[in-house]
Amino acid sequence: MTMPLPAPRGPASAALLDLLTTAPADADVTGLDRAVGDALVATEDVLRDEDLQLTLLCLYELHYGGLTGVDDAWEWSPALLGVRARIEAVHEAALRDRVPVPEVPDDAGAGDVAETLFALAAEDTGPGLSTFVARRATLEQVRELLAHRSLYHLKEADPHTWAIPRLQGRPKAALVEVQSDEYGGGDPERMHSALFARTMRALGLDDRPGAYLDHVPALTLASLNSMSLFGLHRRLRGAVAGHLAAFEMTSSVPNRLYGNGFRRLGFDEDATLYFDEHVEADAVHEQIAGRDLAGALAAQEPEVRDDVLFGAAACLALDTWVAQAQVGAWSAGRSSLLHPLPDLVPAALALPDGRAVPDGTAVPAGAPVRVGAPVPA
Amino acid sequence: MSGGPARVVACPDGPLLVRGDVEVVDPDGRPVERHRRTVALCRCGATGIPPWCDGSHKVVGYRTPRPETPPAP
Repeated sequence: MTMPLPAPRGPASAALLDLLTTAPADADVTGLDRAVGDALVATEDVLRDEDLQLTLLCLYELHYGGLTGVDDAWEWSPALLGVRARIEAVHEAALRDRVPVPEVPDDAGAGDVAETLFALAAEDTGPGLSTFVARRATLEQVRELLAHRSLYHLKEADPHTWAIPRLQGRPKAALVEVQSDEYGGGDPERMHSALFARTMRALGLDDRPGAYLDHVPALTLASLNSMSLFGLHRRLRGAVAGHLAAFEMTSSVPNRLYGNGFRRLGFDEDATLYFDEHVEADAVHEQIAGRDLAGALAAQEPEVRDDVLFGAAACLALDTWVAQAQVGAWSAGRSSLLHPLPDLVPAALALPDGRAVPDGTAVPAGAPVRVGAPVPA
Repeated sequence: MSGGPARVVACPDGPLLVRGDVEVVDPDGRPVERHRRTVALCRCGATGIPPWCDGSHKVVGYRTPRPETPPAP
Protein backbone atom coordinates (compact mmCIF):
# COMPACT_ATOMS: atom_id res chain seq x y z
CA MET A 1 0.00 0.00 0.00
CA THR A 2 1.34 3.40 -0.93
CA MET A 3 1.94 6.18 1.54
CA PRO A 4 -0.07 9.38 1.16
CA LEU A 5 1.92 12.48 0.26
CA PRO A 6 2.83 14.30 3.47
CA ALA A 7 2.54 18.05 4.05
CA PRO A 8 5.78 19.86 3.15
CA ARG A 9 7.95 21.17 6.00
CA GLY A 10 10.01 23.70 4.10
CA PRO A 11 11.28 24.69 0.65
CA ALA A 12 13.13 21.42 -0.10
CA SER A 13 10.25 19.09 0.74
CA ALA A 14 7.79 21.46 -0.96
CA ALA A 15 9.88 21.36 -4.16
CA LEU A 16 10.12 17.56 -4.03
CA LEU A 17 6.41 17.02 -3.41
CA ASP A 18 5.55 19.38 -6.26
CA LEU A 19 7.91 17.56 -8.56
CA LEU A 20 6.67 14.09 -7.65
CA THR A 21 3.16 14.92 -8.81
CA THR A 22 4.46 15.65 -12.32
CA ALA A 23 5.52 13.10 -14.93
CA PRO A 24 9.22 12.19 -14.66
CA ALA A 25 9.79 12.67 -18.40
CA ASP A 26 9.01 16.37 -18.48
CA ALA A 27 10.15 17.36 -15.00
CA ASP A 28 12.73 19.99 -14.22
CA VAL A 29 14.68 19.23 -11.06
CA THR A 30 16.74 22.42 -10.94
CA GLY A 31 14.36 24.03 -8.45
CA LEU A 32 14.54 21.03 -6.13
CA ASP A 33 18.29 20.80 -6.48
CA ARG A 34 18.66 24.45 -5.53
CA ALA A 35 16.23 24.19 -2.59
CA VAL A 36 18.05 21.14 -1.23
CA GLY A 37 21.44 22.80 -1.71
CA ASP A 38 20.27 25.89 0.16
CA ALA A 39 18.77 23.79 2.95
CA LEU A 40 21.99 21.79 3.34
CA VAL A 41 24.00 25.00 3.64
CA ALA A 42 21.54 26.57 6.07
CA THR A 43 20.86 23.61 8.35
CA GLU A 44 22.35 23.61 11.82
CA ASP A 45 21.65 19.93 12.40
CA VAL A 46 20.65 17.76 9.47
CA LEU A 47 19.41 15.00 11.79
CA ARG A 48 16.87 17.36 13.37
CA ASP A 49 16.03 19.29 10.20
CA GLU A 50 12.32 18.77 9.50
CA ASP A 51 12.54 19.83 5.87
CA LEU A 52 15.59 17.73 4.92
CA GLN A 53 14.58 14.60 6.83
CA LEU A 54 11.11 14.63 5.30
CA THR A 55 12.67 15.11 1.85
CA LEU A 56 15.00 12.18 2.42
CA LEU A 57 12.20 9.99 3.77
CA CYS A 58 10.06 10.65 0.67
CA LEU A 59 13.02 9.92 -1.62
CA TYR A 60 13.60 6.60 0.15
CA GLU A 61 9.90 5.75 0.16
CA LEU A 62 10.09 5.54 -3.64
CA HIS A 63 12.12 2.33 -3.07
CA TYR A 64 9.65 0.83 -0.59
CA GLY A 65 5.88 0.90 -0.96
CA GLY A 66 5.86 4.17 -2.88
CA LEU A 67 3.89 7.37 -2.52
CA THR A 68 0.25 7.69 -3.52
CA GLY A 69 -0.19 9.15 -6.99
CA VAL A 70 3.54 9.25 -7.72
CA ASP A 71 4.85 7.69 -10.94
CA ASP A 72 6.98 4.61 -10.16
CA ALA A 73 9.53 5.79 -12.73
CA TRP A 74 10.71 8.41 -10.22
CA GLU A 75 12.43 5.64 -8.25
CA TRP A 76 15.31 5.50 -10.71
CA SER A 77 15.38 9.13 -11.84
CA PRO A 78 19.11 9.98 -12.03
CA ALA A 79 18.35 13.57 -11.04
CA LEU A 80 16.44 12.51 -7.91
CA LEU A 81 19.13 9.98 -7.01
CA GLY A 82 21.61 12.85 -7.27
CA VAL A 83 19.55 14.98 -4.90
CA ARG A 84 19.26 12.05 -2.51
CA ALA A 85 23.02 11.53 -2.58
CA ARG A 86 23.63 15.15 -1.55
CA ILE A 87 21.41 14.79 1.53
CA GLU A 88 22.81 11.34 2.31
CA ALA A 89 26.39 12.63 2.29
CA VAL A 90 25.61 15.27 4.91
CA HIS A 91 23.44 12.87 6.93
CA GLU A 92 26.13 10.18 6.99
CA ALA A 93 28.83 12.72 7.85
CA ALA A 94 26.74 13.96 10.78
CA LEU A 95 26.38 10.42 12.12
CA ARG A 96 30.07 9.63 11.70
CA ASP A 97 30.97 12.89 13.39
CA ARG A 98 28.74 12.40 16.43
CA VAL A 99 28.70 8.68 17.06
CA PRO A 100 31.66 7.30 19.00
CA VAL A 101 32.70 3.93 17.61
CA PRO A 102 34.52 1.30 19.68
CA GLU A 103 37.74 -0.19 18.36
CA VAL A 104 38.61 -3.84 18.07
CA PRO A 105 42.00 -5.41 17.35
CA ASP A 106 42.81 -6.09 13.71
CA ASP A 107 42.74 -9.83 14.26
CA ALA A 108 39.36 -9.80 16.03
CA GLY A 109 37.28 -12.85 15.24
CA ALA A 110 33.50 -13.12 14.91
CA GLY A 111 33.14 -13.88 18.62
CA ASP A 112 35.29 -10.90 19.62
CA VAL A 113 33.26 -8.50 17.50
CA ALA A 114 30.02 -9.97 18.85
CA GLU A 115 31.25 -9.48 22.40
CA THR A 116 32.19 -5.89 21.63
CA LEU A 117 28.69 -5.30 20.24
CA PHE A 118 27.01 -6.90 23.26
CA ALA A 119 29.16 -4.75 25.56
CA LEU A 120 28.31 -1.62 23.57
CA ALA A 121 24.59 -2.40 23.74
CA ALA A 122 24.86 -3.11 27.47
CA GLU A 123 26.49 0.28 28.10
CA ASP A 124 23.60 1.95 26.36
CA THR A 125 21.30 2.68 29.26
CA GLY A 126 19.40 5.41 27.41
CA PRO A 127 16.90 7.72 29.07
CA GLY A 128 14.65 4.89 30.22
CA LEU A 129 11.92 5.10 27.60
CA SER A 130 10.79 1.53 28.22
CA THR A 131 10.80 2.05 31.99
CA PHE A 132 8.79 5.24 31.51
CA VAL A 133 6.25 3.34 29.43
CA ALA A 134 6.12 0.47 31.91
CA ARG A 135 5.51 2.69 34.92
CA ARG A 136 4.14 6.09 33.99
CA ALA A 137 3.05 6.59 30.38
CA THR A 138 -0.55 7.62 29.79
CA LEU A 139 -2.78 6.21 27.06
CA GLU A 140 -2.11 9.36 25.03
CA GLN A 141 1.64 8.88 25.40
CA VAL A 142 1.66 5.22 24.36
CA ARG A 143 -0.43 6.18 21.32
CA GLU A 144 2.27 8.74 20.52
CA LEU A 145 4.90 6.03 20.94
CA LEU A 146 3.10 3.90 18.36
CA ALA A 147 2.75 6.86 15.98
CA HIS A 148 6.52 7.47 16.12
CA ARG A 149 7.28 3.80 15.66
CA SER A 150 4.71 3.20 12.93
CA LEU A 151 6.99 4.65 10.28
CA TYR A 152 9.50 1.85 10.76
CA HIS A 153 7.47 -0.92 12.32
CA LEU A 154 4.82 -1.00 9.58
CA LYS A 155 7.74 -1.89 7.30
CA GLU A 156 9.62 -3.73 10.01
CA ALA A 157 12.71 -5.57 8.74
CA ASP A 158 12.50 -4.13 5.22
CA PRO A 159 15.51 -1.75 5.42
CA HIS A 160 17.85 -4.55 6.51
CA THR A 161 16.52 -6.92 3.87
CA TRP A 162 18.22 -4.80 1.21
CA ALA A 163 21.54 -6.20 2.48
CA ILE A 164 20.78 -9.87 1.73
CA PRO A 165 22.15 -9.95 -1.85
CA ARG A 166 25.25 -8.05 -0.74
CA LEU A 167 26.35 -10.75 1.69
CA GLN A 168 27.73 -14.24 1.29
CA GLY A 169 28.03 -17.41 3.33
CA ARG A 170 27.46 -17.34 7.09
CA PRO A 171 26.40 -13.68 7.37
CA LYS A 172 23.92 -14.09 4.54
CA ALA A 173 22.39 -17.24 6.00
CA ALA A 174 22.14 -15.48 9.37
CA LEU A 175 20.38 -12.43 7.96
CA VAL A 176 17.92 -14.60 6.03
CA GLU A 177 17.27 -16.63 9.18
CA VAL A 178 16.44 -13.50 11.18
CA GLN A 179 14.41 -11.86 8.43
CA SER A 180 12.39 -15.01 7.81
CA ASP A 181 11.26 -14.86 11.42
CA GLU A 182 10.59 -11.10 11.14
CA TYR A 183 8.37 -11.86 8.15
CA GLY A 184 6.35 -14.40 10.11
CA GLY A 185 8.06 -17.63 9.01
CA GLY A 186 5.54 -18.03 6.21
CA ASP A 187 2.49 -16.81 8.16
CA PRO A 188 1.49 -13.30 7.06
CA GLU A 189 -0.45 -12.75 10.29
CA ARG A 190 2.71 -13.31 12.32
CA MET A 191 4.75 -10.84 10.30
CA HIS A 192 6.08 -8.35 12.81
CA SER A 193 4.69 -5.49 10.76
CA ALA A 194 1.26 -7.16 10.91
CA LEU A 195 1.52 -7.63 14.68
CA PHE A 196 2.44 -3.96 15.01
CA ALA A 197 -0.56 -2.95 12.89
CA ARG A 198 -2.73 -5.05 15.20
CA THR A 199 -1.41 -3.14 18.22
CA MET A 200 -2.14 0.15 16.47
CA ARG A 201 -5.72 -0.93 15.75
CA ALA A 202 -6.18 -2.05 19.35
CA LEU A 203 -5.36 1.52 20.37
CA GLY A 204 -7.70 3.06 17.84
CA LEU A 205 -4.90 4.16 15.53
CA ASP A 206 -4.91 4.12 11.76
CA ASP A 207 -2.56 1.35 10.61
CA ARG A 208 -2.19 2.51 7.03
CA PRO A 209 1.41 3.39 6.04
CA GLY A 210 2.29 6.99 6.77
CA ALA A 211 -1.04 7.83 8.40
CA TYR A 212 0.83 9.80 11.08
CA LEU A 213 3.82 10.95 9.05
CA ASP A 214 2.76 14.59 9.40
CA HIS A 215 2.91 14.22 13.19
CA VAL A 216 6.33 12.62 13.46
CA PRO A 217 9.36 14.87 14.05
CA ALA A 218 12.63 14.90 12.12
CA LEU A 219 14.70 12.90 14.57
CA THR A 220 12.36 9.92 14.33
CA LEU A 221 12.47 10.23 10.54
CA ALA A 222 16.29 10.37 10.77
CA SER A 223 16.27 7.06 12.62
CA LEU A 224 14.41 5.32 9.78
CA ASN A 225 16.37 7.23 7.13
CA SER A 226 19.62 5.97 8.64
CA MET A 227 18.42 2.39 8.23
CA SER A 228 17.47 3.08 4.61
CA LEU A 229 20.85 4.72 4.01
CA PHE A 230 22.70 1.70 5.39
CA GLY A 231 20.44 -0.77 3.63
CA LEU A 232 20.44 0.79 0.18
CA HIS A 233 24.22 1.17 -0.21
CA ARG A 234 26.33 -1.94 -0.77
CA ARG A 235 29.25 0.14 0.51
CA LEU A 236 27.50 0.28 3.91
CA ARG A 237 26.69 -3.46 4.23
CA GLY A 238 28.81 -3.54 7.38
CA ALA A 239 26.77 -0.73 8.90
CA VAL A 240 23.43 -2.39 8.15
CA ALA A 241 24.63 -5.64 9.73
CA GLY A 242 25.87 -3.79 12.82
CA HIS A 243 22.67 -1.79 12.99
CA LEU A 244 20.51 -4.90 13.02
CA ALA A 245 22.68 -6.54 15.67
CA ALA A 246 22.42 -3.53 17.98
CA PHE A 247 18.70 -3.21 17.30
CA GLU A 248 18.10 -6.83 18.28
CA MET A 249 20.40 -6.56 21.31
CA THR A 250 18.33 -3.73 22.75
CA SER A 251 14.93 -5.24 22.09
CA SER A 252 13.95 -8.18 24.34
CA VAL A 253 14.16 -6.45 27.70
CA PRO A 254 12.57 -3.12 26.59
CA ASN A 255 9.76 -4.98 24.82
CA ARG A 256 8.90 -6.80 28.04
CA LEU A 257 8.60 -3.38 29.69
CA TYR A 258 6.51 -1.94 26.82
CA GLY A 259 4.16 -4.91 27.13
CA ASN A 260 3.93 -4.32 30.88
CA GLY A 261 3.04 -0.68 30.24
CA PHE A 262 0.23 -1.62 27.86
CA ARG A 263 -1.05 -4.22 30.34
CA ARG A 264 -0.94 -1.62 33.12
CA LEU A 265 -3.16 0.57 30.94
CA GLY A 266 -5.63 -2.30 30.65
CA PHE A 267 -4.84 -3.70 27.21
CA ASP A 268 -4.93 -7.42 26.58
CA GLU A 269 -2.96 -9.78 24.38
CA ASP A 270 -4.47 -8.35 21.22
CA ALA A 271 -2.47 -5.19 21.87
CA THR A 272 0.57 -6.73 23.57
CA LEU A 273 1.23 -9.71 21.28
CA TYR A 274 3.62 -7.55 19.28
CA PHE A 275 5.75 -6.84 22.36
CA ASP A 276 5.46 -10.36 23.77
CA GLU A 277 6.58 -11.80 20.44
CA HIS A 278 9.64 -9.56 20.44
CA VAL A 279 10.68 -10.61 23.94
CA GLU A 280 11.06 -14.17 22.70
CA ALA A 281 12.06 -13.58 19.08
CA ASP A 282 14.73 -10.99 19.69
CA ALA A 283 16.42 -13.07 22.37
CA VAL A 284 17.04 -15.48 19.47
CA HIS A 285 17.77 -12.80 16.90
CA GLU A 286 20.36 -10.98 18.98
CA GLN A 287 22.50 -14.10 19.15
CA ILE A 288 22.24 -14.75 15.42
CA ALA A 289 22.64 -11.10 14.41
CA GLY A 290 25.50 -10.49 16.85
CA ARG A 291 27.55 -13.59 16.11
CA ASP A 292 26.61 -15.07 12.74
CA LEU A 293 25.72 -11.83 10.94
CA ALA A 294 27.67 -8.87 12.31
CA GLY A 295 30.53 -10.78 13.97
CA ALA A 296 31.03 -13.18 11.09
CA LEU A 297 30.82 -10.40 8.50
CA ALA A 298 33.48 -8.40 10.33
CA ALA A 299 35.74 -11.44 10.32
CA GLN A 300 34.92 -12.38 6.72
CA GLU A 301 35.35 -8.87 5.29
CA PRO A 302 37.77 -6.97 7.54
CA GLU A 303 37.41 -3.88 5.35
CA VAL A 304 33.83 -3.39 6.59
CA ARG A 305 34.59 -4.26 10.23
CA ASP A 306 34.71 -0.63 11.35
CA ASP A 307 31.38 0.00 9.64
CA VAL A 308 29.84 -2.94 11.51
CA LEU A 309 30.76 -1.15 14.73
CA PHE A 310 29.68 2.22 13.33
CA GLY A 311 26.27 0.86 12.30
CA ALA A 312 25.71 -0.59 15.76
CA ALA A 313 26.82 2.59 17.51
CA ALA A 314 24.66 4.72 15.20
CA CYS A 315 21.61 2.57 15.98
CA LEU A 316 22.16 2.99 19.72
CA ALA A 317 22.82 6.73 19.44
CA LEU A 318 19.72 7.39 17.32
CA ASP A 319 17.56 5.32 19.68
CA THR A 320 18.91 7.30 22.61
CA TRP A 321 18.31 10.68 20.94
CA VAL A 322 14.77 9.74 19.93
CA ALA A 323 14.01 8.38 23.39
CA GLN A 324 15.46 11.49 25.07
CA ALA A 325 13.17 13.67 22.98
CA GLN A 326 10.11 11.56 23.82
CA VAL A 327 10.75 11.18 27.54
CA GLY A 328 11.78 14.85 27.73
CA ALA A 329 8.54 16.02 26.12
CA TRP A 330 6.33 13.73 28.20
CA SER A 331 8.10 14.56 31.45
CA ALA A 332 7.48 18.24 30.69
CA GLY A 333 3.81 17.55 30.01
CA ARG A 334 4.13 18.17 26.26
CA SER A 335 3.33 16.08 23.21
CA SER A 336 6.38 14.40 21.64
CA LEU A 337 4.85 14.90 18.20
CA LEU A 338 4.76 17.93 15.91
CA HIS A 339 0.99 18.02 16.37
CA PRO A 340 -0.95 15.99 18.93
CA LEU A 341 -2.82 12.97 17.56
CA PRO A 342 -6.50 13.23 16.72
CA ASP A 343 -8.71 12.36 19.65
CA LEU A 344 -9.74 8.80 20.16
CA VAL A 345 -12.68 7.85 18.05
CA PRO A 346 -14.95 5.79 20.29
CA ALA A 347 -16.25 3.56 17.51
CA ALA A 348 -12.77 2.56 16.54
CA LEU A 349 -12.01 1.55 20.10
CA ALA A 350 -15.11 -0.48 20.80
CA LEU A 351 -14.89 -4.19 21.36
CA PRO A 352 -17.29 -6.34 19.34
CA ASP A 353 -19.61 -6.82 22.30
CA GLY A 354 -19.82 -3.08 22.86
CA ARG A 355 -17.72 -3.03 26.01
CA ALA A 356 -15.65 0.07 26.41
CA VAL A 357 -11.94 -0.24 25.82
CA PRO A 358 -9.52 0.80 28.51
CA ASP A 359 -9.71 4.54 28.05
CA GLY A 360 -13.17 4.40 29.55
CA THR A 361 -14.99 5.43 26.41
CA ALA A 362 -18.40 3.86 26.61
CA VAL A 363 -20.00 2.46 23.50
CA PRO A 364 -23.56 1.14 23.51
CA ALA A 365 -23.88 -2.61 23.23
CA GLY A 366 -24.75 -3.72 19.74
CA ALA A 367 -23.43 -0.58 18.11
CA PRO A 368 -22.29 -1.37 14.57
CA VAL A 369 -18.60 -1.01 15.14
CA ARG A 370 -15.60 -2.85 13.87
CA VAL A 371 -12.59 -3.45 16.05
CA GLY A 372 -9.70 -1.52 14.71
CA ALA A 373 -11.61 0.48 12.13
CA PRO A 374 -9.27 3.11 10.73
CA VAL A 375 -9.64 6.42 12.46
CA PRO A 376 -10.71 9.16 10.06
CA ALA A 377 -8.18 11.98 9.89
CA MET B 1 17.05 -27.59 8.52
CA SER B 2 17.38 -30.27 5.92
CA GLY B 3 18.80 -33.62 6.71
CA GLY B 4 21.54 -32.96 9.25
CA PRO B 5 21.27 -33.43 12.98
CA ALA B 6 19.89 -30.70 15.23
CA ARG B 7 22.57 -28.29 16.42
CA VAL B 8 22.84 -26.50 19.73
CA VAL B 9 25.08 -23.45 20.09
CA ALA B 10 26.11 -22.60 23.64
CA CYS B 11 26.20 -18.80 23.29
CA PRO B 12 28.84 -17.19 25.54
CA ASP B 13 27.11 -15.43 28.46
CA GLY B 14 23.78 -16.32 26.89
CA PRO B 15 21.27 -19.01 25.96
CA LEU B 16 21.46 -22.31 24.15
CA LEU B 17 20.53 -21.63 20.56
CA VAL B 18 18.75 -24.64 19.05
CA ARG B 19 18.39 -25.24 15.34
CA GLY B 20 16.80 -28.31 13.86
CA ASP B 21 14.29 -30.95 14.70
CA VAL B 22 14.14 -31.08 18.49
CA GLU B 23 11.01 -31.59 20.53
CA VAL B 24 10.96 -29.39 23.62
CA VAL B 25 8.79 -30.83 26.39
CA ASP B 26 7.88 -29.69 29.90
CA PRO B 27 8.78 -31.73 33.01
CA ASP B 28 5.69 -33.88 32.47
CA GLY B 29 6.61 -34.61 28.90
CA ARG B 30 4.02 -32.34 27.34
CA PRO B 31 5.26 -30.56 24.23
CA VAL B 32 6.04 -26.88 24.64
CA GLU B 33 4.64 -24.89 21.75
CA ARG B 34 7.43 -23.63 19.54
CA HIS B 35 6.83 -20.39 17.67
CA ARG B 36 9.91 -20.31 15.43
CA ARG B 37 12.37 -22.56 13.69
CA THR B 38 15.37 -21.46 15.72
CA VAL B 39 14.82 -21.10 19.46
CA ALA B 40 16.90 -19.95 22.42
CA LEU B 41 16.67 -21.95 25.64
CA CYS B 42 17.34 -20.08 28.88
CA ARG B 43 20.61 -21.05 30.54
CA CYS B 44 20.88 -18.41 33.28
CA GLY B 45 17.63 -19.27 35.07
CA ALA B 46 16.36 -15.71 35.14
CA THR B 47 13.97 -15.82 32.20
CA GLY B 48 10.36 -14.81 32.60
CA ILE B 49 9.22 -17.06 29.73
CA PRO B 50 10.76 -20.47 30.49
CA PRO B 51 12.04 -22.51 28.82
CA TRP B 52 12.83 -19.76 26.33
CA CYS B 53 15.40 -17.00 26.73
CA ASP B 54 14.05 -13.47 27.19
CA GLY B 55 17.38 -11.65 27.37
CA SER B 56 17.37 -11.57 31.19
CA HIS B 57 20.92 -12.98 31.29
CA LYS B 58 22.07 -9.46 30.41
CA VAL B 59 20.12 -7.95 33.29
CA VAL B 60 21.48 -10.37 35.88
CA GLY B 61 25.03 -10.30 34.52
CA TYR B 62 25.18 -14.02 33.73
CA ARG B 63 28.67 -15.10 32.68
CA THR B 64 29.80 -18.39 31.20
CA PRO B 65 33.38 -19.49 31.75
CA ARG B 66 35.73 -18.16 29.08
CA PRO B 67 37.57 -20.73 26.98
CA GLU B 68 41.19 -20.96 28.03
CA THR B 69 43.54 -18.80 26.01
CA PRO B 70 45.90 -21.00 24.01
CA PRO B 71 49.38 -20.95 25.54
CA ALA B 72 51.88 -18.63 23.89
CA PRO B 73 54.22 -20.44 21.52
